[in-house]
Amino acid sequence: MNVLWLQSGGCGGCSMSLLCADTADFPAMLKAGGIELLWHPSLSLASGRELITLLEDCRDGRQRLDVLCVEGALLRGPNGSGRFHLLAGTGVPMIDWVRDLAAVATHVVAVGSCAAWGGISATGPNVTEACGLQYDGDRIGGLLGAGFAARGGLPVINVAGCPTHPGWVVDTLMALSARLLQADDLDPLHRPRFYADQLVHHGCTRNEYYEFKASAEKPSDLGCMMEHLGCKGTQAHADCNTRLWNGEGSCTRGGYACISCTEPGFQDPGHPYHQTPKLAGIPIGLPTDMPKAWFVALASLSKSATPKRVKSNATADHVVVAPAVKKTRLK
Amino acid sequence: MTRLVVGPFNRVEGDLEVQLDIADGRVSSARVNAPMYRGFEPMLAGRDPHDALVIVPRICGICSVSQSVAAARALADAAGVDAPPNGAHVTNLMLACENLADHLSHFYLFFMPDFARPVYAGRPWHGEAQRRFAALAGEHARAALGARQRWFEIMGTLGGKWPHTQSVQPGGSARAVEASERLRLLAKVREFRAFLEATTFGAPLEDVAALDGEAALARWQASDPLRGDLRFFLALADELQLQSLGRGPGLALSYGAYRQPDGSFELPGGVWDAASNAVQPVDFEAIREDATHAWLAGDAPLHPRDGHTEPWADRPGAYTWNKAPRLGGRVVETGAIARQLTSGQPLIRDAVLATGTNVRNRVLARLLEVARVLPMMERWLASLAPREPFFRSGRMPDEARGVGLTEAARGALGHWLHVQRGRIANYQIVAPTSWNFSPRDATGTPGALEAALEGAPVREGEDTPVAVQHIVRSFDPCMVCTVH
Repeated sequence: MNVLWLQSGGCGGCSMSLLCADTADFPAMLKAGGIELLWHPSLSLASGRELITLLEDCRDGRQRLDVLCVEGALLRGPNGSGRFHLLAGTGVPMIDWVRDLAAVATHVVAVGSCAAWGGISATGPNVTEACGLQYDGDRIGGLLGAGFAARGGLPVINVAGCPTHPGWVVDTLMALSARLLQADDLDPLHRPRFYADQLVHHGCTRNEYYEFKASAEKPSDLGCMMEHLGCKGTQAHADCNTRLWNGEGSCTRGGYACISCTEPGFQDPGHPYHQTPKLAGIPIGLPTDMPKAWFVALASLSKSATPKRVKSNATADHVVVAPAVKKTRLK
Repeated sequence: MTRLVVGPFNRVEGDLEVQLDIADGRVSSARVNAPMYRGFEPMLAGRDPHDALVIVPRICGICSVSQSVAAARALADAAGVDAPPNGAHVTNLMLACENLADHLSHFYLFFMPDFARPVYAGRPWHGEAQRRFAALAGEHARAALGARQRWFEIMGTLGGKWPHTQSVQPGGSARAVEASERLRLLAKVREFRAFLEATTFGAPLEDVAALDGEAALARWQASDPLRGDLRFFLALADELQLQSLGRGPGLALSYGAYRQPDGSFELPGGVWDAASNAVQPVDFEAIREDATHAWLAGDAPLHPRDGHTEPWADRPGAYTWNKAPRLGGRVVETGAIARQLTSGQPLIRDAVLATGTNVRNRVLARLLEVARVLPMMERWLASLAPREPFFRSGRMPDEARGVGLTEAARGALGHWLHVQRGRIANYQIVAPTSWNFSPRDATGTPGALEAALEGAPVREGEDTPVAVQHIVRSFDPCMVCTVH
């Protein structure tokens, strides 16, 4: 299965993240998974005319194209002209190249939240008219339109994240190569379920603080970051705390809030990222699937029952009260 | 005279096009086009100042930590907070982790694969270059990718992930390090040291860092000519005369790298002038950005404190989305070679005085920097005081200005912040490749790469001249930062 990887309105960080995939030999991993990189901007030799010829061959059917990966938002501006990104050496808007190549590819993969929804590239005034391949924020449509299906039958596969986890990309490509990714393996936002059917909260090392509503008050505190510091880990779909990043990392383990970067519209939350919006002292964004009354009741109960250890450690940057050592065997 | 439009350039970060005028087999004139606009500066206007810590790293997937550090320093400057020593050390560890990884990626993935091209078949080193560096196949390139993956686990621990951490804060680091974690981090640094000493240098890092001139370098190379990739590169560079390609402007800028808790820099900055072989302090008031040849509005060159960014896609005479930064009206070069010049590394000073900044010396400076900085990281780790604070709180005033300066792998990076009524009123960014790949200014003076390309040889029938590729990539450009 061959893969062509193009970049447009983004930072290139999903490619950089991809190169952190958990393997001792990246090219060998791809080969073993049946994946051949037709071209990738950071990894391939071909440059200039060699690449343009390859793109033309794909577009005109002289070269089979199995998977088109697009990283970065699609820049439709100014005024729909696409001139905010003309592919170098061609004078042709990148959005035109992407439309043409998506039409001939068996599968189309949006790598990262920019390519999926518009992402950070679409924040604020969105002067560039940035959008995703098949979504514009949380509205289906985007560059290719709501009705788009690639030749293989699937809509654009949204491997959303900012950046994406390298494992999400590699697993998606390996599943496509093995013909193991079907329509019902995608969630309602067309993200692969293998990572999107999890919440960032799952496996968070701050879960004991969460249970007792023992909250961090400032960066570097150990407590739960949901109440004050803007953490959306109980709402955001991703397996970041069970499939870790760069060895033993995740946002919450790195000391900062989940900003729900896999979700459409995360770039414009309507509040400062580092502060939890509240109504009458209750966070507006409640844990997914949790009725508000239950959350309020549980929160007040657990706050009143917080052990001194958990309360003390929540506002420290290291454990100041260790768990008690029981003098009898654990029951 | 013929005209050639070359692009897309890959193995650079982002998209790049170069327009060449060619006469008598040489480039007579070059224009550098950053063909994408993103508009991060307008995105930041009107937001809470701390939002910059989320948005700014996403300017760039390869210089992400550097962007975070510049933003955190601009916020710290505006709020009048200072990180505790632990916070300064952790910030430097993350910066160094990213910068060294970038140098490794540049050498093994972006720059060296071009020497495995068929155009060099028949050269005495070609077979070996293919074996070591061929794209997606070279043995050393693959090993380097593996080493890089392990190396970035330092960022997993300190920053939660790479790229795009938010653990870099104005008041230090959001991630305190325990004593046992420090040992694990030190083990990771030593593992990377072992890779570098075995594969890249074939020598202890300290031996490479201590090379004090071209004569010492020549002796070191002759002692074991094929051992390690630096020696191999030097032999190849000599055979291809890479020191004659891509001469820079003779003025090198660094803001100073790895600021210590006492305010000093591990690699002191300044402006190094080839004419005097001396370093002067940076006159920050003399920085201007000129939009004459950019598809951006603006007449007179402005200091970034007062700068603005507004697209003007039909601007007459414009050919890029990049403004032209100038220092006192002059073109400067920035990057590892500038840091090694301003910090007085004797080998790089000697090399540049002999042949200028050029393709060979830029690559040499980057590898020398790797050998110098990794032992510093071992020292910073030893300086951490677990259980002492890593973060100090501050309060952002409603009205404030701040400047955040740092060194990214590719050179001097500056953020200028203006806060009004508690919101970002203006945010301006001058990235390293903005300097190196700037277009012409109002006087018609070409930018550093544009000038460096003049005289580059173009072989018969070449549509993407290989010498041009070497020159462009020797700067390790980051176009996504440039077109922020």
